[in-house]
Order: sequence, then C-alpha cells, then structure tokens
Amino acid sequence: MIRAIFVALFAFAAIPIASAADALNVPVGYLGRSERAEAISLVEQPAADDGVAGAQLAIQDDNTTGKFLNQSFAVEAIRLKAQDDPVAAAMQLAGRGISLFITDLPADTLLKVADAGREHGLIFFNAGASDDRLRQDDCRGNVIHVAPSRFMLADGLAQYLVWKRWRRWLLVIGSHDPDKLYAAAMRRAAGRFGAKIIQERVFEDTGGARRSDSGLVQIQSQIPLFTQSAPDYDVLIAADESQVFAPYLPYRTSEPRPVAGSAGLIPTSWDASHDQWGAIQLQNRFRRSFSRRMTALDMQAWTAARMIGEAVEHVQSADAQRILDYIKGPDFALAAFKGRKLTVRDWDLQLRQPILLTDGRVVVSVSPQEGFLHQYSELDTLGIDRPETKCRLK
Amino acid sequence: MWPRLMLAAGLSMVFNGAASAFTAYVSNERSNTVSVIDTNKWEVVKTIKVGQRPRGIALTKDQKYVLVAVGDDDTIQMIDTGTNEIAGTLPSGPDPELFVEDPDGKTLYVANEDDNTVTIIDVERRVQIGDVQVGVEPEGMGISPDGKILVNTSETTNMAHFIDTATRKVVTSVLVDARPRFATFKRDGSELWISSEVGGTVSIIDPAKHEVKQKVEFKIAGMRPEPIQPVGINITRDGKTGFVALGPANHVAVIDGTTHQVMKYLLVGQRVWHMAFTPDEKYLLTTNGVSNDVSVIDVAALKVVNTIQVGQLPWGIAISEH
Repeated sequence: MIRAIFVALFAFAAIPIASAADALNVPVGYLGRSERAEAISLVEQPAADDGVAGAQLAIQDDNTTGKFLNQSFAVEAIRLKAQDDPVAAAMQLAGRGISLFITDLPADTLLKVADAGREHGLIFFNAGASDDRLRQDDCRGNVIHVAPSRFMLADGLAQYLVWKRWRRWLLVIGSHDPDKLYAAAMRRAAGRFGAKIIQERVFEDTGGARRSDSGLVQIQSQIPLFTQSAPDYDVLIAADESQVFAPYLPYRTSEPRPVAGSAGLIPTSWDASHDQWGAIQLQNRFRRSFSRRMTALDMQAWTAARMIGEAVEHVQSADAQRILDYIKGPDFALAAFKGRKLTVRDWDLQLRQPILLTDGRVVVSVSPQEGFLHQYSELDTLGIDRPETKCRLK
Repeated sequence: MWPRLMLAAGLSMVFNGAASAFTAYVSNERSNTVSVIDTNKWEVVKTIKVGQRPRGIALTKDQKYVLVAVGDDDTIQMIDTGTNEIAGTLPSGPDPELFVEDPDGKTLYVANEDDNTVTIIDVERRVQIGDVQVGVEPEGMGISPDGKILVNTSETTNMAHFIDTATRKVVTSVLVDARPRFATFKRDGSELWISSEVGGTVSIIDPAKHEVKQKVEFKIAGMRPEPIQPVGINITRDGKTGFVALGPANHVAVIDGTTHQVMKYLLVGQRVWHMAFTPDEKYLLTTNGVSNDVSVIDVAALKVVNTIQVGQLPWGIAISEH
C-alpha cells in the first residue's frame, strides 16, 4: 500500500559569507496605477501605497535573507497617471538596469508594456490584473501571473457553496465591464461544480456620490425592491468589482438570504484577518512597517517580490531569464502562508494558490474544498486547467 | 525479543500496561493548557492551565522543570515536575516558539518568530544574556551534542543558520527547501536533519562541511504531494532510525538512519506535528493537532498501539523520566 521512496543525492555547498565587494544587487521595478476606485465602505478605502507596500516588505524579507548570501534587493516604484506613457516608464526603469517588474496595471496596459519589454528581456510579475484572457489568448511568455484570475476566485467560492449545498444562485451583475467578467466567471463555476443560476439581474450604475448624508434611508428601501420576486434561491451572488452596490446587499435583500461574491462571503488571495499557517507573522510585520492592514493587492505584490527573492537565492544571479526559468521549473516552491507550497502552471504561467473566503472579519474557509479531486494538484481545480488552456506561450 | 513477537501477533494491548511510568507533557495551542499523561495508564491525569498559545515544550536537563513557550504572552513558563504547577517564567523575548537547552543545562536558546532573533537565556539566573540576529521567522532550534554549534532555521529565509555558541555569531548559513521548521542533530553529531514543511523534504546535512549531503523525499500512495509537510523529527539514540511527522498527511515516516531511505509510513492522527520518545525509547508519542489526540507508536514493532485524547490543537510534547 504505502511505498517508500526517493532519496536524491545532492551536494549543496554552504554559502560562505562573501565580502561586500562582490555583492549581487537585484533591482526590482514596480509599475502601479495612481488612480483608484473609491470603495463604498469607509474602512476599505485603498491606501496610497496599496500594493507597493507589500513589495517593499518582501524586499525587506529578501534582504534579511540576502545578508547571509551577500545579495541585496531594492524596489523602485512608478505610479502611472492616466496621461502617462506606461512603456516610457518601463523603459526609464530598464535604462537603470531593471529587468524584473512587479505590475499593478490594467490588462491592456500590461500587454503593451510586456510586448515592448520582450526584446529587452524584461520579465513582468502581474500582481494586479485578474483578467482570464491574460492567461488564455493574450498570455505572454514574459508575464507571470501572481494575482489569482477571476476564474480561480469564482471556482474557490463555488466549491464552498456547493459543499454547503447552496446550489441555487441569484446572480446580480453590475453594469461595468469588469462586473460582467466576474459574472461570466461565476457562470462558468456554476457549470463546473453543479450549481444553478436561477436568474440574473443587472444593477445599473446611474452615477452619483459614493456617500451622502442620510443616504442609508433610500438604500434600505431600494435593495428590497430590487431583490424581490426572484425564484426561490439559496444565495445571492453579487458581481460588482466596480463597487457600486454589492456592499449594500447583505441584510437588505427581500428574502433572508446570504450574499457572496463582491460582498458578503468574498473570495480573495488575502485578508487582514487571515492568521493560519504562520500568516500572523506576516500580518504583524506588515502592520509594524506600514501602520495599516495588509490587503490582497499588498499580498500579491509581496508574493511577487518573494518569488524573485526565492529564485535569486537559488540561481545566485540577477539574470531575468535564469530567474524566469527557475520559477517555471520543477524546483520552484514558495511558502506564502497558505498551508501548502505555491508553484507555477507551466501552460500559462499562473501561480497556483489556495483561495481564501472571508466575510471581512474572519476567514470562513479556504478552497480548494475537500473532495474536489485532481490527478495532479487539487489547486488545479481552481481556474484554467491544462486541458482547457488556449495559451500558447511566446 | 519475545514481547516484540507478541506485539506482532496483535497482543500489543497486553503490554501497554507494562510500560515504565513516565510523564508526558503536551502543549495544547488552542486550549491554553498542558495535558499531563501517565505513560503507564496512557491517560491524561492532569490538565495545567498555562499562558496564551503554548507551543514549544521541553524538559530542562535536570528534569526539574517543563518549559513551555507561551507565544502570545511573550514568555516561557516553567512547570515544576514535582508538583505539576507553574513555578516561574523565563524572559524569552517576543513570541517564543521553539527553544533548545545546551548540553550542560545552563543556557537556553529561544527562537523569537516575530523578531528575526534568537534570544539567549541564563536558565539559573532567569535573565537574558544576549541575542543573535537571524533570518525571517526563526523557528527550528538544534544544538550539537558538544554544545558548540547552535542551528536555527528561519521559515521565510529558507536557511539553517550555524551559530558559534562561544562568539554568538552566525558562522555560515545553508539553504534548504521552503519553510524549514525543525532541526535536530544525531546523538554522535555526525548529521543534522532539517525538515522543510512547504518544500516537503528533510535535508541531511554534514555539520562539519556545512553541506546538504542528501535530501529525503516522501511519497504516500494515493496522496497528492501537497499535504505531505514534514515538521517534527526524532532520531533514536543509536542513530539507526529517524521518525518524521508529515503534518496534514497524517502519517509518520520511518527513515533508516544510515541509508536515509523511507522504510515505512505509519498512519497516526490528523495533522501530526511534533513527537517525543519515552526515555527508554520503547514508545514515540505524536501530537495530532486536528484530531486533538496523541498517537502512541511502538518503536520496535513500528505500529501505532494507542491514542489518547488531549486538549485542542495539541502542538508539542516532552516526556520526563519520572
């Protein structure tokens, strides 16, 4: 039944503490956006350093390791405004010897920068774009996806809802494009895991201020009206990445039903309440350094910068191609407080990762759920698996 | 020899009662208690209330105290083994997790997970006498049998730091696989074993050359590699057999101490983390965090012969001679 196994022979030399003269310097670029959509919740307003703070913390961690290996890491960030040329910004950093970039950019901007950077050997770690097309038809050989895709988030949520036997979903979709993509991911997840979308409704964004005095009075009567007369359902799924209405749904639906998706039970890569598998150490380090809570974007940037540190630690080089090859290879494994190693899918360069389900105060569950089996890795039950890929890496 | 044969014949329960009476102390991370087990009866005979989040636990060399690191209270509590009551504290520095005493029982080295530091404590005077800066999230602590080299593993740095106990300086660092959790020397000092929880391996290091000379990998039929997460390691005094707790894989691997081949996998409780031998090495006890119990392995027969319910999320275990 249980059989014993492999012992591989290795001979790793100890790493001597070298002199400062031959230190390996690894500069990392960070390209972010300076405009951020305002959130409905006052406690969820994005900080000015959302994302880049995570990268900075990981660079600190990489340097703590680096001092034993005589490696030093630094991050240089550019926050792009709407009128800025992203390619020029990337080239400006490349001109200073940077070939490794962490990005928090919209899909089209990321593609522009990645395509311009290819001939210069630049590698990009996508920490901010969840678009599945970047992992499918628009995949690139020099773009590693650290952020989970919408399909991964939706699959993580769907597995839990199906495990709970909440299989009948009322899907409420915002009127912006990202909301529609989120809804498409939920439809796909319903089909994969045996849930049923009993009805879809669109919540039109008619504009207006995020907050207003005594606005609550209106919302309290609007949401019950909007959600009434639906066929019987178990859970309302909100597809509202644009944060127009979803946080208003819990406790206000016409029928007493839980909410999930963009509000209520939210699938995410990270939450400030996550404390399992040693995560409390990272949460504490982050809070000490930045005096705020760590967001999913911070974590995605942290993970990207740790992937770089981990690869440099092993290849002992700052060469972007060698780093990329190592990360794509079988020896790469990152510990990121998710209870199992994170590795990279070789068919689309997506980081495999568990998905946290949080209500904003505690982590309710972590997917993949038990019983969702896979021949290679249970993490591949989340998102686009090898047989479904349309990605041709170039 | 004949008891072993009888065990193999399935009469193990007859002999459970014949074990010498030792006392096992189990830290329950969630309950904030230490369960006291009589190894003669295989029963919990007392539950001691301790501080917040007890994890690392060990006997002092003189067997007078059980030391338990209560991380969220930033201290190490001392349980008097005579009375089984808390008799004092040690100034461990912030968030202590694992610690090791030097062979002469005078100095305690503590990993401060939240502070990238190893704190050094004079046990008799109960004062801090120094610290050493190490990598990110220090955890595993091993000391060479001659007390000259302290090894600390740091979880996010993925290294074993070799610290000269005389100068208190890191002399070298060896890279191992992801999230190294535990370090222990063979009794003769010839090998250092380090478990990598996320990497899924045990590195066998030559402590003189500071080289990883072998890596043990694990494969359990019908199980994906991800849940196989090595944490606790215990090696018999003769160095011939090593046991590795495989976390959420719910198994303990038995490793030949010479060839480093995995000989067997023993099914224990859920999420097995740390282990301790009875002083006569007849039994190995494991803490199973998710199933809230302790499995008893018969070391000669390589069989699980008993299970004892303890508190919530049992984490570490230490066994006294009394």
